[in-house]
Amino acid sequence: MNLKMAQQLRPSKSASKKPKIDWSRREEADNFAHTVKLYRQGKIDHDNFRRFRLQHGAYGTRMADDYAMVRIKIPAGQIYPHQLEKIAQLSEMYSIGSAHVSTRENVQLHWVVLEDVSEIMHGLADVGLTSREACGNTVRNVMCSPLSGVCNDEEFDATPYAIATARFLLRNPLNQSLPRKFKFNFSCCEKHGMTRIVDVGLIPQIRKLDDKTKQHGFKIFLGGGLGNKSFVGHQLEDFTPEEDLLYTSIAVLQIFDRIGDRKNMARNRMRYLVNEMGWDKFKNLVLKERTIVRATQSVIIRLNIDKKSNEIKRPISVSSENGSIPDGYARWLKTTTYKQKQEGYRAVFVTLESGDITANQLRAMADITKDFSAEGFARNGFSQDIILRYVHESDLPKLYSRLLEVGLANSGSLTMASAVGCSGTSSCNLALTNSHRLAKEIQRKFLELKLDEDDDLRDATIKISGCPNSCGQHEIATIGFFGGGARVGKDMYPNYSMSLGGRFDDKSMLGVTCMRVPVKRTIPVILKIIELYKKNKQSNDTLSRWIDRIVHGNESSEIKSVKDMQKVLSPLVIPPSKDDDPDFYADYGSDTSYHTVTGKGECAA
Amino acid sequence: MCSLSEGMTSPIVDVDTVDLDGTLALIDVRREEDYNQGHITGAVNLPLASLLSGDSPESTVKLFEELGIADDTKVVVYDDTFGALASRVAWTLQYIGHKNVALLEVTYLQWKEIGLKTSTEKPNIKPAKHSLNLNSDIMATAEYLESAKEKDNVVLIDNRERLNFLEQHIPGSINIPYRTLATDGKILRTKESMKNLLKNRGIPENAEIITYCGSVSTLSGLEYYALQSIGAPHVKL
Repeated sequence: MNLKMAQQLRPSKSASKKPKIDWSRREEADNFAHTVKLYRQGKIDHDNFRRFRLQHGAYGTRMADDYAMVRIKIPAGQIYPHQLEKIAQLSEMYSIGSAHVSTRENVQLHWVVLEDVSEIMHGLADVGLTSREACGNTVRNVMCSPLSGVCNDEEFDATPYAIATARFLLRNPLNQSLPRKFKFNFSCCEKHGMTRIVDVGLIPQIRKLDDKTKQHGFKIFLGGGLGNKSFVGHQLEDFTPEEDLLYTSIAVLQIFDRIGDRKNMARNRMRYLVNEMGWDKFKNLVLKERTIVRATQSVIIRLNIDKKSNEIKRPISVSSENGSIPDGYARWLKTTTYKQKQEGYRAVFVTLESGDITANQLRAMADITKDFSAEGFARNGFSQDIILRYVHESDLPKLYSRLLEVGLANSGSLTMASAVGCSGTSSCNLALTNSHRLAKEIQRKFLELKLDEDDDLRDATIKISGCPNSCGQHEIATIGFFGGGARVGKDMYPNYSMSLGGRFDDKSMLGVTCMRVPVKRTIPVILKIIELYKKNKQSNDTLSRWIDRIVHGNESSEIKSVKDMQKVLSPLVIPPSKDDDPDFYADYGSDTSYHTVTGKGECAA
Repeated sequence: MCSLSEGMTSPIVDVDTVDLDGTLALIDVRREEDYNQGHITGAVNLPLASLLSGDSPESTVKLFEELGIADDTKVVVYDDTFGALASRVAWTLQYIGHKNVALLEVTYLQWKEIGLKTSTEKPNIKPAKHSLNLNSDIMATAEYLESAKEKDNVVLIDNRERLNFLEQHIPGSINIPYRTLATDGKILRTKESMKNLLKNRGIPENAEIITYCGSVSTLSGLEYYALQSIGAPHVKL
């Protein structure tokens, strides 16, 4: 029997829907290969090469000069089945057989030999993807809420605007050498996007004009961001009409480019500029600059907004057998799916442990997307997850079984159980602790205790960074942690600083520092907080509301303030001696004693 | 691709050239219970474990004789572990002096997935005679490695996972994780892509290449065949 015949006999698989935009430039791959050669021959110095490498989306790897991490940009998080398949293939051929989904909708391939980066870039070009400007002092991946277009609270779908913005800025001379990286986030509504912790955050809104027509526009927030020092963004004006979206973006980028700090690496994100200058002054500068931008364009430039709605076509169900529904379905349905505004459809949040997904799982996701999503593509989310939208409600049990087969049916993605952790000491140069692994440990514990099913905990979050630079977004978490080291005598142990009450909705605030918690005590401390909540909660209460009252001093039960909390928890964090409990001195994912080693970060290169 | 009727010209064969009319011997190296549940029609079973339990070249030859493999039998080996176990068995055949041996380009699972013939029936085996001519050129002992390291134009390849390599490796070795050898449902990359992989690591194809891994040379066995597939002339395990 011959292979071609055999393939024809197989049930035909539906083809991948093709993306509308090709983000790649094949010549960049060749240029990268060539530049690596020049660098190896010593014809380009280290600093120049590093800048070039970052501009093209290849980040240095912890303690290993010859390896890079390739960050693939996924604008607005939209990822198509054949792209998932290609990433699976590339991860096997050049990386470690798995990929990492980031908190900014990127997909990362780790431990890539420098010489192989260009091979990956070629592979990405095959499917219209790029890693260009995914690192370095550029405009990074333009994010959009994974619920944009299906959210019940949104005024209109911001996705076409996010895509158009990404398209306008990619390879634009305007942002090739900013003082520092620059981030845009589009949201669907107040609740679902992180618009106040980013350089430019946008929430769509509609204004009724006097003549009763409706005008599309945005609430724009500027100068927010998480990091060593974090700030909540300020709203520029009540309403920014859509025609002004591009002019505002250009104006802000130009101001930042012109007067942003290029010397002090640790404090040169735009939020520091806003903070130093004062918001009112900065705001006026932006408004003035915008007028100039609008008036001095030699041709009228507009965002190329494709408002044609995507075709929604439910894939044909191969069989409609009423097979038995697997165990755990109800729990999964409750904790990972979102009822869309479109009747009969749900969005399914596929949670990944700390964002890791194997090549086989990527391939399975590609098939599942083709078979279940009526829009034909998936969206990466904010929490290292992949979201499958437009799944018809009657297909959900079958989808659950398919996800179960490939180990992607974990419940709890929309609950506190899906803890976020940055990559930590598993690959980052700056990390002090293995935040990546801690997030996994917490997720496993929560699922084991079935805490994902607890409605009281549902809207609370746990986020972990391996150092004070908030890649794990710890400051906007209900319970947040960032890593460091501590010692007893000469023995070091990994330690986390815990903050409480962070949130990123319309009452955005950064978490309030509570206390330091040794890594091996973090899970007991979290469980103790939950226990205290259960004891003191009011009727119809949630953990996040309770913590919110505590950090604002509005709680009337035994725990009235963060100080009280600290007092109750402090017995849990006393370090034992190394002889009594050597495990206490080791980080998760390591069996040797803890010591800190860090290299130089490249965020600001 | 290679045509079996003219002898084995390629160390890897595509599924189209595997005819099941009995002109070649197929060896299934999976565990016996897996084999019993179904195998490629006509294949005989040789679990890797039984091969490794043999302690001398003589006993190994006997094992193959019992499977009906004579000096001129055309042999194709397959597994369901990305080709690594099959490689180890195929290499052993070459080591005892067998010339006509190749790997199947897909694993058993992939064979089944594309809908090709399988069976649960065991073929009748007629024991055969096989001679023993040790092909020691394709083996690198620890002792040999020590002396070879001093030579120019010797490349040592470590086929373990990248993270294991980073933890510890033989000084001077180059890491090519075994998983990076496969692609698109086949156990090995295309020749062109394999050549590129070597080029990007500065490994000349005509170098003396010694491959190793962490255990009984299954992962490095696969690398051995990856290198054979592009015609690299001096490869040792």
